[in-house]
Amino acid sequence: MTKKPPTLVVLQLTGGNDILNTVVPYTSADYYDARKRVRIDPEAVLPIDNQYGFHPSLAAIKPFWDAGQMAIVNGVGYENPSYSHFRSMDIWYTAEPEKMATDGWLGKVVREIDPKADNVLTAISFGRGLPRALSLAGVPVASVAELDSYGLLTSLSGVGQRESVLDVFSCMYDDGWNDMGKPTAPPLPASRKGEVLRYMGQTGLDAQKGADILGTVLDRYQSDVVYPNTSIGKSLKAVAQVKFAGLGTRVFYTQHDSFDTHANELYVHGKLLREVSEAVAAFFADLKAHDEADDVIMLLWSEFGRRVKDNGAGTDHGAGGAAFLIGEAVKGGMYGEYPSLKEETLTIGNLTHTNDFRCTYASILERWFEVDAKPIVNGSFEQFAIV
Amino acid sequence: MAIDTPVKMLTGVDLMAHLYRRAGFGATRDEIEAALARGYEATVEELLHPERQPDIDFDVLHRFYPDTKEAREIDVNQANWLYRMINTGRPLQEKMALFWHCLFATAFNKSNHSQQVQIQIDMLREHCLGNFKTILVELSRDPAMIFWLDNQENTNDVHNENYGRELLELFSMGIGNYTEDDVKECARAFTGWSIRNLLNTGPFGRNVWQYQFNADQHDDGEKTFLGETGNFDGEDVIEIIVRQPATARFIAKRLYLFFVSDEVDEAAVEELARVYEESGHDIREVMRALFLSDAFRSERALYDKVKSPAEHVAGLMRLIGDHRFPTWGLKDVALEFRYMGQDLMNPPSVEGWHTGKEWIDTGILVERVNFAAEQVGDANKPGIRRIVERLRDRGTLSPEAFVDGCLDLIGPLTLSQRTREALVGHAAKAGPLDLTSGGRAAEGRVTEMLQMIVATREFQWV
Repeated sequence: MTKKPPTLVVLQLTGGNDILNTVVPYTSADYYDARKRVRIDPEAVLPIDNQYGFHPSLAAIKPFWDAGQMAIVNGVGYENPSYSHFRSMDIWYTAEPEKMATDGWLGKVVREIDPKADNVLTAISFGRGLPRALSLAGVPVASVAELDSYGLLTSLSGVGQRESVLDVFSCMYDDGWNDMGKPTAPPLPASRKGEVLRYMGQTGLDAQKGADILGTVLDRYQSDVVYPNTSIGKSLKAVAQVKFAGLGTRVFYTQHDSFDTHANELYVHGKLLREVSEAVAAFFADLKAHDEADDVIMLLWSEFGRRVKDNGAGTDHGAGGAAFLIGEAVKGGMYGEYPSLKEETLTIGNLTHTNDFRCTYASILERWFEVDAKPIVNGSFEQFAIV
Repeated sequence: MAIDTPVKMLTGVDLMAHLYRRAGFGATRDEIEAALARGYEATVEELLHPERQPDIDFDVLHRFYPDTKEAREIDVNQANWLYRMINTGRPLQEKMALFWHCLFATAFNKSNHSQQVQIQIDMLREHCLGNFKTILVELSRDPAMIFWLDNQENTNDVHNENYGRELLELFSMGIGNYTEDDVKECARAFTGWSIRNLLNTGPFGRNVWQYQFNADQHDDGEKTFLGETGNFDGEDVIEIIVRQPATARFIAKRLYLFFVSDEVDEAAVEELARVYEESGHDIREVMRALFLSDAFRSERALYDKVKSPAEHVAGLMRLIGDHRFPTWGLKDVALEFRYMGQDLMNPPSVEGWHTGKEWIDTGILVERVNFAAEQVGDANKPGIRRIVERLRDRGTLSPEAFVDGCLDLIGPLTLSQRTREALVGHAAKAGPLDLTSGGRAAEGRVTEMLQMIVATREFQWV
């Protein structure tokens, strides 16, 4: 276990990644029977053992497997799988398959790490909007579209004017308490609207604080690593930039889409996997070059796998996916049972999951973050020795 | 809840401004006063009948910018839509087009064919206040939708459930009101609903697609859908869907959440659902009932929704009076939709955008505040000039009257005590406002005050 504070980078493969064409069971007759057209031929796969092989677009990621720094958790899912993207994502985001929940599992992790919300940059999400995984009342998460344009009221330019207006801004957004425990503002109504106003107040103050700190990040970054010019390449580069600035960020969130390959899958899926693997390879190369690779692990996940039988051009929504963990601290190898493709083991044409996705979460929580997983994943789950 | 607390009804300028913010993209004080002369019900009726108002004159825009005609670039199509939001004489039609777009969220990114999504928006605009069945049938035949949810792959040989599932889950009934078998049967009914002209992308982008029914790919067999059995095709299935009580509640709820409040009032939704059923699924009738309802006209509905980026950007343009004619920079303004998290014609998923509180996070709040402050900071914009003139007419103003005057003319907007005190405190530092003899410096105080007002939490509501 690393001595530096452990950091997690999440990369969500949004849309439902076709696991059968990612970790391909290239010796399975059942696979080739079910996949008449949307298949990876045995000679094309990059074998990782005598049964399974990577999609050829994962060439850039394969060295991590070869070096024992990549764990594959097979057969990940949950009981009564939802075939709706949004419901299934929410289940993963909230670690709660049985009822509708709103608190994000990573939001709870951030609260564990930084209970008083001292650091507004403990978690940063790159991209538009905040995934529910990070959403938890009272937990500030910086949501950054572009690192280089981050700042408040930048159009006010008079001498001293912006400073004075920013003072008014903090005053208007502050619902806080003074040292005497007295509210510094008249209380807002205890209604939904009051709650949203309070949320906006905190958001405004966090934005102001975060902008002040993030404003210094770009100037400090120097690297010879060239990232691919893709959206995920840009996001992971921004993760590295913030990481190197040492701002105490422990959870980074990124995503790539859309893995919802109902049609034209062979082309689209190959392109997406290539974009992901090249960006991930560049990111870890950058970390290594800066001697910052030992305290980072990356989790890649998707809301579900896809139907075992193809539809001629793509695959429909399925179940039983896989999660991946990459990093120097990761104990590489296959975990969890790869689901059977035999007709009689399928659930309405879909893979039957062999382990709950919360086993993977619990393993990361207990073994990497060293926090109690139970309240975060809503129960006790078997752990894998993946870190 | 305290049932016996009388709910105060909005009147006058407050009510009319509220109506124009919700049924359109806001109105200037001059426009509000003109509408007040006509009266509330007459204004609602006018909004409900877009065909009685002249359509926007797009020739002017096309003559200025030939690339805006039959545009293939997403940025140009977004700019065109913004131009409509700002300049339409049929505000409700434009707002309804946005409503349906948010509900039937179709993104151009999968097809890389923004012109086709633009054509879908035109279709939604045309049918926006029509019968729900017509809307769903047109939607099911819309090539952008067919491609977005892969229905051209849905054939007699291989059923592709994508469209059939989302039609039920996201477009009409909501999850929990049908079974997995219903999804499969629904998908069967739409087999063969396909696209003509689906060629590869050419050097200048895609060609325009048309709907095509492929009889040889249609599964004409017997289907059992929501308890009814027959040799249904897509139109039959839609006929069954629109009759479901779940559909009435679903559409009533979605309209309520879009036009009235971020929080559902079950009784008000039930009432709209009843109008939906009794009118034979007529959306115009539901909208009339909505705008005339106590729930909509109540003080509780005032600024009770977090403003969407489209409302924020288009509303600010209407407030400052910019882009009323074709001029430079429209595309840059339209990019703000994307920066604020509502990339029009490119929603994050078929689920559309998450609304309410979820419109706001640290990054997006920064975008919203910065953009708004930049816009109202320009005293040369006609809308800002009008505000300065109207303030000047009020004579020398105390710091309180200065702040309240700005709030009145920008909304009317009510602030929390905390926010108002912060602004009055700032205004008091420079003493009373005298726009008659104060020259540029006094005008600068007004634009600065407007910049601070648009930076408030309260301005993030609609």
